[in-house]
Parts: sequence; structure tokens; C-alpha cells
Amino acid sequence: MNVYILFKTALIVVILLISLVIAMYATLIERKIAGYFQDRLGPNRAGPWGILQPVADGVKLFFKEEFMPMTADKFLYILGPSLTMFVALLGSAVIPWGGSLVIGDKTFPLQVTDVNIGILYIFAVTSIGVYGIMIGGWASNNKYALMGAVRSASQMISYELAMGMSIIAVVMTTGSMNLSSIVAGQHGFHWNIWYQPIGFLVFLISAFAECNRTPFDLPEADSELIGGYHTEYSSMKLGFYLFSEYINMFVSSAVISTLYLGGYNFPWMDHTGLSANLLALVEVAVFFVKISFFMFLFMWVRWTLPRFRYDQLMRFGWKVLLPWAMVNMIVTGIFYHLFNH
Amino acid sequence: MKDQQDFDIRLTTRSKMVSKKRMTFWERMYLPAIVKGMYVTFTHLFRKKTTIEYPEVKRPVSPIYRGMHVLKRDEQGRERCTACGLCALACPAEAITMIAKERLESEKHLYREEKYAAVYEINMLRCIYCGDCEMACPKEAIFLTERFVPSEVSRTDFIYGKDKLLEPIDARIDVSKRQTPEVLAFKKDKTKLHNQ
Repeated sequence: MNVYILFKTALIVVILLISLVIAMYATLIERKIAGYFQDRLGPNRAGPWGILQPVADGVKLFFKEEFMPMTADKFLYILGPSLTMFVALLGSAVIPWGGSLVIGDKTFPLQVTDVNIGILYIFAVTSIGVYGIMIGGWASNNKYALMGAVRSASQMISYELAMGMSIIAVVMTTGSMNLSSIVAGQHGFHWNIWYQPIGFLVFLISAFAECNRTPFDLPEADSELIGGYHTEYSSMKLGFYLFSEYINMFVSSAVISTLYLGGYNFPWMDHTGLSANLLALVEVAVFFVKISFFMFLFMWVRWTLPRFRYDQLMRFGWKVLLPWAMVNMIVTGIFYHLFNH
Repeated sequence: MKDQQDFDIRLTTRSKMVSKKRMTFWERMYLPAIVKGMYVTFTHLFRKKTTIEYPEVKRPVSPIYRGMHVLKRDEQGRERCTACGLCALACPAEAITMIAKERLESEKHLYREEKYAAVYEINMLRCIYCGDCEMACPKEAIFLTERFVPSEVSRTDFIYGKDKLLEPIDARIDVSKRQTPEVLAFKKDKTKLHNQ
């Protein structure tokens, strides 16, 4: 039993470090990609290809003045970014990163906790994320921050609905809310995206909205709300907000890959002829390739599409995404009822 | 026909009439348009980048570019400037000031003329880089070069003294682009008002 505890602890630490490092370098890659999309080079001064840029940014944020508005609620003001960061890191706990490692006669699944309501857990955690933004925006005592926070809250509520509806179809076809059995159900090339293209699209768009990424970045809206909920934040508290955005991106990419792109599954995985442990590592690599693709997609869309207007955002969420998610759910239910019994 | 051409003042042939027709179902899906837009940005990933990495790579300047000044020395390394003040007089922006001093016997290897500029200052923020100072100079002492004036954090740092303007003996600055034979002939032309 002790070995398992040790393994889980190591896994937790590794996943935590990986999420942080990936989020750190996602900031650099985002700027690089933004540069390349705009025919620029992006940051390339700090170290070769700018690989020390995130370090420089981090150091800069740490040494910035810790500013707090006089009228701000001190406790909530600090709670906001802490909560956002905390919740962003929680999501990765239930994601199955690969198959199982076999050492001796013991098997070690590459997943921190295999809760049987994995999807619900992720939903719960991501919807707490909005509290961090809301509290931060409220505690700043600034109209722009409050506007951003209110927008964020209403956006989350609107898009979580469509997101949940699209997931119900996945849960129906798999018959489980357990993420590891959802992934196991997509063995090989039987990915959910082939059976649920509309659900995938709805989920993807909602995920963009949940992450407050362009074209759904109304809570930040640099041009109209001068940063939105984090207008009044500085130093590492601001850093936490910005950083958690990238961690959220990473976790949602992982969730999208898990639910719709077969997680760590890849075609012809049964015919590789590799040993079980090697196969598990290849699976992890494949999973990270999928995650990287979605993170690239996040950035790609950000530097292509303009921001929605607020009424467009609401109309799109309630009048387009939600009906499509419902139709998808009902059609899936009918098909499931007719052919699987 | 001729009249029509006269009144046709379109600036481009690519302009399109705006229409308010209802969008088709396909257009209202927006997804094809989004994919098209994303294709456009994706092609930009592989385009040639327009960035010029400044300190390493410098943008080519025009052959008559006028940048930061240099105070020239002669072949023996003596300062050419005699502090006559003609450049300061010619300067339309009144950017140049100088204090003249008489050369001592022991300083003959340092200064070419009997009088030299003990202090020579150009305010780079006032300067308009017109090049009148080099036109006025009778001693071929001041020239504008292709060098840039770097940014500073304080206004007083832009007042360049001899420490920054004077040409180092071991790192001569080429001014042949500015000191062409035509320029020299022009300076010697006594029929021109400025040389009388």
C-alpha cells in the first residue's frame, strides 16, 4: 500500500509541475505564435529563441509593486486570485494521462484519482473558477473590474449549460461518468468525435467561453474594460490571474482530448508490439500531442477571430449553442434507445 | 465617353458595392467563414517575417541620409574645427554652441588651427538634421553620418559634447558619401553668395 501512496504523491507532483511549466511556456508560445501570425518574430531576446522570456516575465511580476486600491476589500482582494489559481490546478486531478505502468506484479494507473463522477468533478471545479474572477472583480471596487466580473459570471452560466448538455450525450453513449472508462470506451480509433461531431463542436466552443479566451474574452476586453476583472491587480496577484488562464487552457485541452479525441488512445495501439510500460509512455506522449494541438487551436483562434459583442455572445450561447446541444442530446438518446437495446 | 472618364475617381478597382441582402443558411453558419479566416492566419505562419532585428541587422538608409554628426580630424589626427562659429550661425534650429580657445605651443599635435573649440555642443533634440552646418563649415570639420542618435532617458543626455561627437583617432568615420567632389567644388565656388 505504501508504494501506491508514494507513486500517487510522485504523480501529483509531476502533474503539478507539468501543468505549471506548460502554462509558463504557453505564455511564450502564445506570444511567438501571435508574432508569427502577424508576420513578426515574437520575443527572441531572452535566451535562444526567447526560452527565458517566461522566467523574465515571472521575475518582473514578482518585483512589481504590490498595489492594493484603498477602497478594496483586503481579504476578498487576495482571495480572488488565490481561488482562481487553486481551482485551475484542481482540474487535472481526474484526467487519465495514459494507460498503466506495470512494475513487478503491481499496476500503477497514470491517473491521480479515478473518481466515478469524473465529469461532474471537472464541471464543479471549473464552475468554481468563476468565483475567483467574480470575487476579484467585486473586491477591487472598480466599475471596470465589476463589469468584467459580471460579464464573466453571466458568460459562464450561459455556456456551462450548453457544455453540460453536450456532455450528456457522451455520458449516454459511454454509460459512465468515469473519465477512465470514457477513455477506455474510445479504444483505438473509436473516438467520440466521429459519433458526436455536433457535441464536440458545442463543447469546444463552450470550452473557449469557459476559458475566457477570444472570441469570448469579454470579461477581460482590453479595449473596452481595460483588463476587466484584473484592472486593479498588480504584481504576482495579476500574475496568478494571467497564469491561471493558461492552466485552464491546458486542463480544458486535456478534457476535450479525453472526452472527444480518445484521450491517450491512438489508432493501431494494439499492434505496436511494445511492452506494456513503453506503450503507456507512448500513450502519454500521444495524449500530450492532442493537448498541444488544442492549445495551438486556442491560440490560433485567438489571433484570428475578433471579440463578440455582448448581445451577440448571449444570443449565441442561448439561441444557437443550447438548442444544438439539446438536439444533439435528443438525437443521441433516440439512436441509443433504438439500436443499443 | 471622355466625360465619364473625367468623373470616374475610384481609387481602386477592387471596391465592392455594399448590399444588405439576407445571408444564406450557409453564410449564417459562420463556420465556413471562420475556417477560411483561420486558413488565412495559418498561411501567415510560413510567410517571410518583416521584423528587422535592429542592433544586429540595420535597415539600409538612403545615400543622402543625414544622421548623427561627427567632428572630423585630419590625416595626422588633429582636430579640424577652428571654432569659427559659422555652423552655429548657419544652424536654423540654434542647436550648436561652442567656446573657442587659443592653441598653446604644446598642443600643436592636437589641433590643426591656432584656435580650437574647447567646448563644442550640439543639442540633438533641437537639431533638425538639415546639414547646413556641414555646408557652412570652411574647414571640413563637421559632417552628418549614417549613425543614429540612440534614445536616452533624460533631455540633458541629448546635449552631445566633444566626447560623443569627435571622431576617435583609431576608429575613423567615413564621410566620403557626404564629402563628394561636387560638394567640395560647390564650397570653393566664389560666385555663390555664401562663399564671398
